[in-house]
Amino acid sequence: MGSKAGDSVDIPPERHAHVRKLLERPGPFTHPEFEPSKEAFDGFSSIVRVLIVGAGGLGCELLKNLSLLGVKQLHVIDMDTIDISNLNRQFLFRMTDVGSSKSETASKFINGRVQGAQVVAHHCKIQDKDSEFYRSFHVIVCGLDSIVARRWLNSMVCSLVEYNEDGSVKEETLIPIIDGGTEGFKGNARVIMPTMSPCIECTLDLYPPQVNFPLCTIANTPRLPEHCIEYVRILQWPKDNPFETETAIDGDDPNHINWIYEKSLERASQFGITGVTYRLTQGVVKRIIPAVASTNAVIAAACATEVFKLATSCSIPMDNYMVFSDVEGIYTYTYKAEKKENCIACSRSVTTLEFPLEVTLQRVIDYLKEDPDYQMKSPGVTAIVNGRNKTLFTHVIEQTKANLSKKMTELGIINNEVITVADETTPVARDFKITYKDAGMES
Amino acid sequence: MIKLFSLKQQKKDGESVPSSSTSGQKKSSPAQLRVMKDLNELNLPKTCSTEFPDPDDLLNFKLIISPDEGFYKGGKFAFNFKVGANYPHEPPKVKCETQVYHPNIDLEGNVCLNILREDWKPVLTINSIVYGLQYLFLEPNPEDPLNKEAADVLQSNKRLFESNVLKAMRGGYVGNVYFERCLK
Ligand SMILES: [Zn+2]
Repeated sequence: MGSKAGDSVDIPPERHAHVRKLLERPGPFTHPEFEPSKEAFDGFSSIVRVLIVGAGGLGCELLKNLSLLGVKQLHVIDMDTIDISNLNRQFLFRMTDVGSSKSETASKFINGRVQGAQVVAHHCKIQDKDSEFYRSFHVIVCGLDSIVARRWLNSMVCSLVEYNEDGSVKEETLIPIIDGGTEGFKGNARVIMPTMSPCIECTLDLYPPQVNFPLCTIANTPRLPEHCIEYVRILQWPKDNPFETETAIDGDDPNHINWIYEKSLERASQFGITGVTYRLTQGVVKRIIPAVASTNAVIAAACATEVFKLATSCSIPMDNYMVFSDVEGIYTYTYKAEKKENCIACSRSVTTLEFPLEVTLQRVIDYLKEDPDYQMKSPGVTAIVNGRNKTLFTHVIEQTKANLSKKMTELGIINNEVITVADETTPVARDFKITYKDAGMES
Repeated sequence: MIKLFSLKQQKKDGESVPSSSTSGQKKSSPAQLRVMKDLNELNLPKTCSTEFPDPDDLLNFKLIISPDEGFYKGGKFAFNFKVGANYPHEPPKVKCETQVYHPNIDLEGNVCLNILREDWKPVLTINSIVYGLQYLFLEPNPEDPLNKEAADVLQSNKRLFESNVLKAMRGGYVGNVYFERCLK
């Protein structure tokens, strides 16, 4: 609507002739339930709502790919602003855009360039949006460089899944996540069908751990330029407080990086180490992994293809994890990663427990210990009350013992509220919905 | 295989499928869930105890170690634990809040314990760290020094090291560094 193109513009059918061909006739690779039709493209183009998470290297590629593919309802979310170092690969941005919002600049560019595109920008953190927002999309594509953000989004989307009375999944509540990731010349693309295929949390072990040097090496026996930079970052910065007291290091502040660079250089010369540069300092402090434009292009293409397959059923989606590397030659391999039983994010079904309205926390805990279905040993109970984490009881925190004699309702657990229970008898914490027999009496 | 095509009619113009269950409610984060499980299953040695300044905030707490043998017998040492959003992919940040004369703990409270940095693995728990820290007081390791002076003394003169530790724990100077009293 705000875009200059808008949906009133008639886009000639030839424009997407190549895409239409895939949707207007069957082929050897089409999904068995796929029904080719003349209308299929318009459905895909106008109805499908796709959220792109991240407007960086992968995000720019995804915006370009999906908008050219004909997806009109694209949303993009990113909290970052454009840095000059992004310009070599984040091709929707120009020199004059440095400092502006990535999501806003990218969507403005696409809306101005691709006829019919109506990209909506969200310049905020993914955590600023609630479940209603995420629920409104058919597919979510992720081009993130942070594991924390991925885990948050994954657990949000997994939590949107609802179940029927018989325990089966309500299919309309499943929102597939297509997740792309790159690191230098390596990348991966995967399709996550919450509760059905492995999620981010199921396969958390696949992410390489952060490189951390032993503290004593950094402090006493540095051998690498990185050791010197880490020394200044971890040990010297909090001691010297070069700017204001307790200022955290800001990797985007040249004054901070310069200070760390100079101190690292001093330390390196003390130990006869060479190789400390401003660039390396920034790289170590910001934990920059060099980004390669071509890897982003390959991974984003794979992700966009999966969006197309899922949204049209014209072909069977990837099952479920593709790795790509062009360090030496080109290597790619797709395999079926395994779902983790009892996954903390995607295997969390909620069991309902019914109690009288007067029930105390002690009584609920006794029930979990005594009931033959649970036989817990020493359950700890938490809940989210009024949007805040609340520890109802755990034997390790003395202060929570006072809660035992209180009624659940006094503790803020109203009818249909969920409590989370951790116990050594279960591999992960599990959720219970508390309902009250005489809940009708409640105001 | 899910047929998204048949479902998408239901989501025109951002209208969402009405939620009938609790799935819209705020959920605990994966880090939160995991740390709750870790804490609820803490099996503390008798020399250790925990303190939760805010019992509703399980991500920030203190561990108190009061060794009953070794060089540090009779002392009381507080460690501050900060569990981040990426736990257990990343280890918690642990700092010693009590000034201590120790080869593996510096005067700013940084601790050199392998599982807090290079050897951390998501299968490890808060309990693993508690045992690791406790072990540091039983077997200070001069091979991995953070406080180089203390490490050198431990390596060259055990008696002197022992008396320095005691001096520091009673409250006083070791060399030109003043230590606050931390005897129980
Ligand atoms: Zn999972």
